[in-house]
Amino acid sequence: MSADLVIIGAGPAGMVAARVAAEGGLSVTLLDEQERAGGQIYRNVGAVAGRGWLGADYARGGALVQGLDHPGITHQPRATVWRIDARRGVIWSRDGQSHVSPAAHVLIATGAQERPVPFPGWTLPGLMPAGAAQILMKQSGMVPDEAILAGAGPLLYLVAAQMIAAGAPPVALVETPTAITHALPKLTRALFGLPTLIKGLGLIARIRAAGIPWYRGTADFRAEATEDGRIRFDFTTGKQSHSLTCGLLLTHLGVIPQSHLTRSMGLVHEYDAEQGAWRPTLDPWGQSSEPHVFVAGDGGGIGGAEAARAKGALAALAILHRAGKLDAAGRDRQAAPLRRALSRALSLRSFLDAAYPVPSAFLAPPDETIVCRCEEVTAGSIRKAACTGAEGLRLMRTSLRTGVGPCQGRMCETTVIGLIAEATDRPASTLGPGRIRTPVKPVTLAEIAALGPQPEETT
Amino acid sequence: MNAASRFRDAPGAAPRSLRLMLDGVPVLARPGESVAAALLAHSGGATRQTPVTGAGRAPYCMMGVCFDCLVTIDGHPNVQACMVSAREGMVIQRQIGARRLGDQP
Repeated sequence: MSADLVIIGAGPAGMVAARVAAEGGLSVTLLDEQERAGGQIYRNVGAVAGRGWLGADYARGGALVQGLDHPGITHQPRATVWRIDARRGVIWSRDGQSHVSPAAHVLIATGAQERPVPFPGWTLPGLMPAGAAQILMKQSGMVPDEAILAGAGPLLYLVAAQMIAAGAPPVALVETPTAITHALPKLTRALFGLPTLIKGLGLIARIRAAGIPWYRGTADFRAEATEDGRIRFDFTTGKQSHSLTCGLLLTHLGVIPQSHLTRSMGLVHEYDAEQGAWRPTLDPWGQSSEPHVFVAGDGGGIGGAEAARAKGALAALAILHRAGKLDAAGRDRQAAPLRRALSRALSLRSFLDAAYPVPSAFLAPPDETIVCRCEEVTAGSIRKAACTGAEGLRLMRTSLRTGVGPCQGRMCETTVIGLIAEATDRPASTLGPGRIRTPVKPVTLAEIAALGPQPEETT
Repeated sequence: MNAASRFRDAPGAAPRSLRLMLDGVPVLARPGESVAAALLAHSGGATRQTPVTGAGRAPYCMMGVCFDCLVTIDGHPNVQACMVSAREGMVIQRQIGARRLGDQP
């Protein structure tokens, strides 16, 4: 199963990179956790037609999936990567059995996850991220019933518009404080982002036309289960308290890079203050601090699907050059239009990051909030531990078990950092990134043992 | 546990032609959807109780990140229901508290 290039993640970045690398003459293994290629943004796009209510942008992903039909590409679905080993290659699991894919080059295109939105009650059945509901719409033809959308960011508008189009409009849109006026100076390159801006305004117009109650500048989220299993959602606007009841409470405060794999390899990372998240340090081609390891797409910093396509292609060109399949002039010639596309795709990013900030109450939530969902550790106990010496992620982990559950800190690290930062009056950038260890997804000891010793160890 | 689903079918959604068993109760699923999706379409209630406090949880992130959808599938404990496609005849159990060593078939 040796390949010139192993790509992890079949979203827009991974799919484009696979095609470009294969057309350039490399053998490519494309590993992805899902049954079908597409990633989260184009989830299930190759499967069924006739779902126009999801919109034209979604349907565009179909061409990328078709592009994987190339003799140089081996797509391995349902493959969960749990280690990238400098000597052996990429180690992945499927159906309880692990495999090793040796590779001269590795491209990590693991995308984003939703930023955790912790507040009292966020662990109850009936609460989900808005992106999760979108996955259910794309993959299962299921639409949220009597749902409230809460938080901030363009995805909330998109999900609301899709729900309206599907005949199941949201009960209300509960928006945390936006800073759109404050962000306007960041629109210096607005011309490039104009189509996206117009699309966003169109979504907002559709939500208004549907008469959806829209609460702005909200805070103090709290959810409780009612006796009949519905959700009572309390929040405030200024001094006024509100209480709404819904079947499903969908929250969203943007997305952050999935960096467990890149961190587990010990790659150099940096803190992106604008996006409030850690990301691997990359050169303009996506090359990491390990020369044979590249990162493309949202896993290297949030940019969205269009940026991910361009970054995937740029990384593939650089890898083709390193592999001796493309000279520097050819690489640079093909890269020029991609760099222009990337610049266009990113032209709205700073504006969006500034316009939809994460309120501090979701970085350091009220004491009663469960922060670590796996080990059920509250914000109050984390605050207390931080004030009595647990002033870093590792100390917090050993004293309270935050981040040692099956999710390995994916759902709590941003909040634990926020709480320690608040308690010790230090910037978040000094408190991470947390060290991540193999396996980055749970596998049984039996499965690891069945892999056998490393070749070097047998001698 | 069997509160009404918090989701409804989208226009033109395919019929639920697969039959799974959840703790002895039939659950219908669409070909191509995840076990977690089928469970959410079946009920709005909890699909497990946590090992630490016994609190009820249901599938949350739907993309393999949060591990709140852990169930036992065909005897295999701690499977992420959102990462497994529903198949005819699957036997699913809710997990009440932690699994024990030796639960593996």
